[in-house]
Amino acid sequence: MNERMARKASTWILDGNHAAAQGAKLSRVQVIAAYPITPQSPVTETLSEFVEGGGLDAEYIAVESEHSALAVCTSASMVGARTFTATSAHGLAYMHEMLHWAAGARLPVVLACVNRAIGAPWNVLNDQQDSISQRDTGWIQIYARNNQEILDSIIQAYKVAESVYVPIMVCYDGYILSHTEMPVDVPAQEDVDRFLPPYRPHTILDPANPKNYNLVTLANPRVDAEGVLCHGYMELRYLLQEALQNSRETIIKVGQEFGELFGRSYSNMFWEDRLDDAEVVIVAMGSLAMEARVAADMLREAGHKVGVLGLRVFRPFPKADVAKALKKSRLVVIFDKNISYGLEGATCSEIKSALYGSSVNVGIRNFIVGLGGRDIKARDLVDAVNKSLLSMKEGGLNKEYPDWICDI
Amino acid sequence: MGTRDCQHICGESSPAIGEAGKTGEWRDSFPVIDQEKCLPVRQNKPSCFLCWLYCPDAVISKTIPIQINMEYCKGCGVCAQICPAHAITMVNEEEFCPNGTDEGF
Amino acid sequence: MKTNAVNMPEREYLLPGSRTCPGCALSLAYRYILKALEGQVIVTVPASCLTVLHGMYPVTSVSVPCVNTPFPSTAASATGLVAGLKALGKEGLTVLAIAGDGGTHDIGIQALSAAAERQNDFLYICYDNEGYMNTGNQRSSSTPLGAISGTTPILGKQQNQKDITAIMEAHGIPYVATANASYPLDLYEKVRRARTIRGTRFIHVFTPCPPGWSFPFGDTIKIGKLAVETGWVILYEIEDGVFRLTSASESIAQRHKLRPLRDYLMEQGRFRSITKEQNDELQGWVNARWKRCLGRAVNS
Repeated sequence: MNERMARKASTWILDGNHAAAQGAKLSRVQVIAAYPITPQSPVTETLSEFVEGGGLDAEYIAVESEHSALAVCTSASMVGARTFTATSAHGLAYMHEMLHWAAGARLPVVLACVNRAIGAPWNVLNDQQDSISQRDTGWIQIYARNNQEILDSIIQAYKVAESVYVPIMVCYDGYILSHTEMPVDVPAQEDVDRFLPPYRPHTILDPANPKNYNLVTLANPRVDAEGVLCHGYMELRYLLQEALQNSRETIIKVGQEFGELFGRSYSNMFWEDRLDDAEVVIVAMGSLAMEARVAADMLREAGHKVGVLGLRVFRPFPKADVAKALKKSRLVVIFDKNISYGLEGATCSEIKSALYGSSVNVGIRNFIVGLGGRDIKARDLVDAVNKSLLSMKEGGLNKEYPDWICDI
Repeated sequence: MGTRDCQHICGESSPAIGEAGKTGEWRDSFPVIDQEKCLPVRQNKPSCFLCWLYCPDAVISKTIPIQINMEYCKGCGVCAQICPAHAITMVNEEEFCPNGTDEGF
Repeated sequence: MKTNAVNMPEREYLLPGSRTCPGCALSLAYRYILKALEGQVIVTVPASCLTVLHGMYPVTSVSVPCVNTPFPSTAASATGLVAGLKALGKEGLTVLAIAGDGGTHDIGIQALSAAAERQNDFLYICYDNEGYMNTGNQRSSSTPLGAISGTTPILGKQQNQKDITAIMEAHGIPYVATANASYPLDLYEKVRRARTIRGTRFIHVFTPCPPGWSFPFGDTIKIGKLAVETGWVILYEIEDGVFRLTSASESIAQRHKLRPLRDYLMEQGRFRSITKEQNDELQGWVNARWKRCLGRAVNS
């Protein structure tokens, strides 16, 4: 066994919410502000238990809204504290303004989004509309397939965020993961301490060297008192995009380092299952990517060469990596637990965007699935793939709008 | 010319005088102090200084004689209104430059 | 020894050449707030006139550390600053949340109420120019009855203002006070006092606005004083439940009577359409409130 590898992990049975809370605890977060919302509430309850019980030395703020939760975290992050919040659906929507703010302010806040459907009408069960709706805000977005990945992703998120100064949301499916128990290797605190260096803020809040952060910024560049031409609003926003584009490198490097220390590597922007010889690729994100592997097994038994591309990092979207992975396929079937109303599923649009301009010429079919917690089984995915194959054979694969797997 | 020399990754501003430019250019009248009426000058010791106290823009100095930074005085007239000795008068800028030239104070 | 203009510290944190209107009472008030804190402060400020006073990137007119925050979140941002400082073991700085009446009475009240209930340890100052002045004088819940504003342009506001200081008092916080830019020494003392107290502290500062209220720039101090002399503004502080009148309100209570409210209203163009009924209603409200204050004050 590699001398450098962690030796002291132990296996616990944890649901996704507890895995997230453990991830935050092991990351030694210093300020927590989170408002309860189904199905996230156990995360904030568990963290308050850690703080009150003395297991986590942090300031726990019982905020009165999610907007305030992220406002507390952004300002605490400015001071130099490592911060954490968690939410779902309407809570994420309520902090929308602050999501933009945290990204523009370049603060390494980490947020756990327990994916849940958004109203109207009310629905507390799983889909990914909530976090997908926030994909334009400038946050890095990571989707976990299982509870191990939740815990691991949160720890890695701090290392990435604090290196590139971009906030990160770690998303996982409500109920399917948040409330389902599975074995999770929980690393030892001393090993996480070796992995995660302390946070060094880029902001200075010191009366001896006073600075003002995020003032009104003009459209055009403006000269400062020393004669240096400083950014206009657009240049600052360019830098955010640049940071997201460049973060791919850091995400992969941190994933590799994590693998070296903990034995589980995250050195890829997505999970690849049998893509090498796949003619048909299923694309899914979150827990559905695990279901997709079972579907791939079933399809392979029926003689189809099927692989799975399990999207992990949704922002920055790994365009080049995706184009490369789909190079040899004939058909891509994309399952979205979300929809950009008036168009199609988000991952479908993004995959198409990744393929445009590349030499990859592949058929694409999009299915909207699982909204509002509608159960989606491997069998359903198999049927959808078969339906797509048939359409492709009959020459009617391309459709203007996605298919839905529901009872309409 | 690009802004790459600027090291900021977010909007980080540093303090400086004249952020809004030479705000003295805003005014249409300016304060004139009659030193014979001004209390600290008459008494030759620190006293009153209400004009310094009440200036919203901190352009008046707490000195004897009082000095007003005309590059930044906006000509609001608060000092004239508050002076208990009526030592300050607001004079129209036009009066001072009757030919409409830039020759000023 | 009581502070006066002569012994008031000279060091300025507000630099000349800021973007405020000539005669801006907020600018004057801010000078003394920062002096009272000796610049040992982290300020957090939402969208407001104060944002503009602070300047535009990359230059600021104020030499204290400052964090800008979205409109509803001033008190939450302050809470975050306090929590961050505590988590890092940094002591000795005051966290100052400072917002206008828009950011306090209206869009920011939820976060403020929550922070007060949690007893978060910061000083919250509301500077009240009785309207959304930064966006061009639209009505806020602090705009008085009868006032013309951008969104009450013809009929004038049909409701009187909300008493935010009474609302904050009801939270049971250790220090609540009113102040007025026209009485900078009183404001200075109150900020100094508040600085020494732990928990959520709230000061409501009256800051007349020349363009918004329609009066000449040079009259800012005069308008602020008229407000106190007519009882529109009452200068008081409540520390641990003990109510005390201060400054000019204390001397009015002991030696004088209130001037008629009309003397204050008629100086401002925003009350040009006020009806007799509205004037009488406001006068009645002022009288009743003054009577209550006289009854409560330990020094009336």
